[in-house]
Amino acid sequence: MSLRTPLGKVLGLGAARDGVQHWWTQRLTSVALVPLSIWFVVSLLTLPSLDHATVVAWMSQSWTALLLIILVLVATWHSQLGVRVVVEDYVHGTGARTVTLVAMLFAHVLLAGAGVFAVLKVACGGAA
Amino acid sequence: MSRYTLASSIFNRLTGLVLSVGLLLLVYWLMAIAAGPSAFARALRLLSLPAAKLAYAALTVAFCYHLIAGIRHLVWDTGHALERAQSRLSAYLVVAVSLALVLLIAWYAWLSGTRAP
Repeated sequence: MSLRTPLGKVLGLGAARDGVQHWWTQRLTSVALVPLSIWFVVSLLTLPSLDHATVVAWMSQSWTALLLIILVLVATWHSQLGVRVVVEDYVHGTGARTVTLVAMLFAHVLLAGAGVFAVLKVACGGAA
Repeated sequence: MSRYTLASSIFNRLTGLVLSVGLLLLVYWLMAIAAGPSAFARALRLLSLPAAKLAYAALTVAFCYHLIAGIRHLVWDTGHALERAQSRLSAYLVVAVSLALVLLIAWYAWLSGTRAP
């Protein structure tokens, strides 16, 4: 016997109300983060120095800026999805849970925005 | 049911949370670079504190474990390696490979040595 309701089956929705979207996005961002994060770590390790001038020169290259922006966006997205699951599992009470979820979402949007803004500013020569 | 499944699941979540906090550090670093050389120099004082260096170590461990454990999850998603014996083996494999990765990064960071932070 299936525990799924006929309506749920038709709409493809589970108890989380948005079906497999969360699960699938978490997988997609994971797959993207494997090469992106490895690229970032290897870049940091192989830069001749981590002083301001060297990092700015590195970030001013188009490919670096582009990949950094994608990294910031995908990483904050993946983090938001993961943190959300942890909050849903461990924060009890609808009020507290909702407030925590909204705060975490806002924090992640702020992080993503700040990260992208910073990379763009450097790439456009605003950090000289 | 043995405890390794519990441990590997909890540790994957824990390292994920550590990396989420690490994002804060990453964006702070990016903002500091964007703010110009003198602001970056001020931020660097904060970023080279012993506590910050401890954070880099924690982040390295978290990154390596979460990366390898994440790849294990992606393999599972294809429907492979779900048998109990395979899952047990891969749990230990994740620890071994991520530990090797930590050592590799630590060795490389130490090799390229004197540069801060």
